[in-house]
Amino acid sequence: MKTDLLLPLLAATVQSGTPILYATLGEIFTEKSGILNLGVEGMMIIGALAAFVTAKFTGSPILGFFIGGCAGALLAGVHGLVCLGFQGNQVVSGLALTILGVGLANYLGTPFIGQAAPGFTAIPVPVLSKIPVIGHVFFNHDILVYFSYLIPPVMWAFFRYTRWGLGLRAVGEYPRAAAAGGLRVIGYRWAGVLAGGYLVGLGGAYLSLAYTHLWTNGLTAGRGWIAVALVIFAFWNPMRAIAGAYLFGGVMAFQLRLQATGTHIPSSLLLMLPYALTVIVLVLSSWKELGSEAPAALGVNVEPTE
Amino acid sequence: MVGLKIKKRREPLVWSSCLILLGALALSLAVSAILLAMQGKPPLQAIALLLKGAFGSLWAIEDSLIKAVPIFLCSLGVAVAFRLQIWNIGAEGQFALGAIGATWVALRFPDLPGFILLPGMLTMAFVTGGCWGLIPALLKLHMRANEIIVTLMFNYLAILFLDFLVYGPWKDPVSFGFPMTREFSASAIVGKIGNTGLNWGILLCFFSGIAMWVFFRYTRLGYELKASGENIRVARYAGLPYDRLVILVMVLSGALAGWAGFLEASATVNRLQPSIIVGYGYTAIVVAWLARLSPTYIGVASFLLAGLRVGLESLQLDLQVPAAFGGIMEGLILLTVLAGSFFIDYRIELRKTS
Repeated sequence: MKTDLLLPLLAATVQSGTPILYATLGEIFTEKSGILNLGVEGMMIIGALAAFVTAKFTGSPILGFFIGGCAGALLAGVHGLVCLGFQGNQVVSGLALTILGVGLANYLGTPFIGQAAPGFTAIPVPVLSKIPVIGHVFFNHDILVYFSYLIPPVMWAFFRYTRWGLGLRAVGEYPRAAAAGGLRVIGYRWAGVLAGGYLVGLGGAYLSLAYTHLWTNGLTAGRGWIAVALVIFAFWNPMRAIAGAYLFGGVMAFQLRLQATGTHIPSSLLLMLPYALTVIVLVLSSWKELGSEAPAALGVNVEPTE
Repeated sequence: MVGLKIKKRREPLVWSSCLILLGALALSLAVSAILLAMQGKPPLQAIALLLKGAFGSLWAIEDSLIKAVPIFLCSLGVAVAFRLQIWNIGAEGQFALGAIGATWVALRFPDLPGFILLPGMLTMAFVTGGCWGLIPALLKLHMRANEIIVTLMFNYLAILFLDFLVYGPWKDPVSFGFPMTREFSASAIVGKIGNTGLNWGILLCFFSGIAMWVFFRYTRLGYELKASGENIRVARYAGLPYDRLVILVMVLSGALAGWAGFLEASATVNRLQPSIIVGYGYTAIVVAWLARLSPTYIGVASFLLAGLRVGLESLQLDLQVPAAFGGIMEGLILLTVLAGSFFIDYRIELRKTS
């Protein structure tokens, strides 16, 4: 394939995959602690709106990015309250959160539709961006992309080598045993929910501050749900999440370019690609016995003991 | 030292469900009022307008009843799947597929008499909606694929497929560019009852509701379904046909939502167009949960949430409140009910700790 077509496509793949990566990493963190949070779509779009509005009114995209994460964590906090505080069914609570979050973002965002806000632009990394192919694909983006490169290895190391990471995993696998061993299950799960929600919010913030600099309805277009599926594809491993996120980034970038070339394929059919791919990816990941990578206590509330 | 202790009740409180629902509604209305005030709309006026627009007049109640029909059907289907702990989020897509199936029959055989055509459309909607529920069920049973994600993705796929059809092969040549099929022939339209806006589709609601109630109460399969929902491993151990039950609930779920789609296309807009997709499938989930998955309460809950939609239309018209506000209220109601249901099974008491 021609390099002048391929390289921009690959670079767009990374850019397109970054919000999905943030969201997937966030959900991995939450699910590792045993909490299933299906509200990712809602948290992402709330994060996007909060980031957008903050950047618009303060002029600082960095602050916007930070606040976007906080908004995601706040919404996740509602889920935490319902499930950890009130023993609510985790599946239904997450769904409610999505309905609420999407409605809230569309409602509060109505005055901002079509408007622009200061956002992030590409900053090539000094030496690395000069490397022939890889330089343009990976090191010619905005700083949020570079930041996203750091999170998977840090998270992976956190889970593998730190006491806190181990504790979080224990709480997600065998909460009763962990509690018997002296770990504060509820505390770890709150940390999982809030920190995960924060990362998901960052993913949403990326969409409104870097991927575009605009606000529209439906900015996330189901990316939150794709992220939930990617957690399974990644076998709850933050490093593998990178592959999944960029796979979808690639499909979305490809589909956009295809539409732009004025192809005869109806746009509705092209738009199906990411969703169809999600099903395929999910089926293939779940098929083998490797579905047992899931945290054993995922989705199950720990009942308060006497 | 005095602390709070959470104790599980020996007998879950029964009458409390109603109280909790009322409390949840009140809380959601309060939060909604605050949100409206934040956008500069007069809160108390808005809430009054909402309630009046929903139930305050005969036409409002009729309107709510009309909207309750598709919500009821979708919700019945969702509830039957949820009972088995099969999280069918795909009612929206199954609704669309039902509409598509019925439309295919209507467009293909416009000259058949109504008493042949309408049952034909009904059957096709059952088939296409049912298939859209069946596929995720098969993927779950044979490939262990999480049905939440599959059914959700199928929603997106179904809606895009509908778009494809109405912008493309099924587009009405005289529609001035608007995406819609040509109007159905008179025999393909489900008629209205007398002078009201209600259509005969409400009979479908009665039929399915009663059938479902009988199924759960008096049939062996219904009993097995309830038992399997409580504890899957125990059910399998006891030899209950879990796999067949999964397929049954997902086909039923999809078929019922498909019927709702058929009614919307045939009776409400008399054609297939993207505007029939308004989120009934997601509202159905809220309704099913509010009704505690019981066919008897789904009727009331669907009427309530249909009323909410109708009331919201008044808000949109008179106060320019964006349509997205409906999602906020539904999400809030569901969350507050989830939280409130805690008190059915647990109680909090003060304990002295030394």
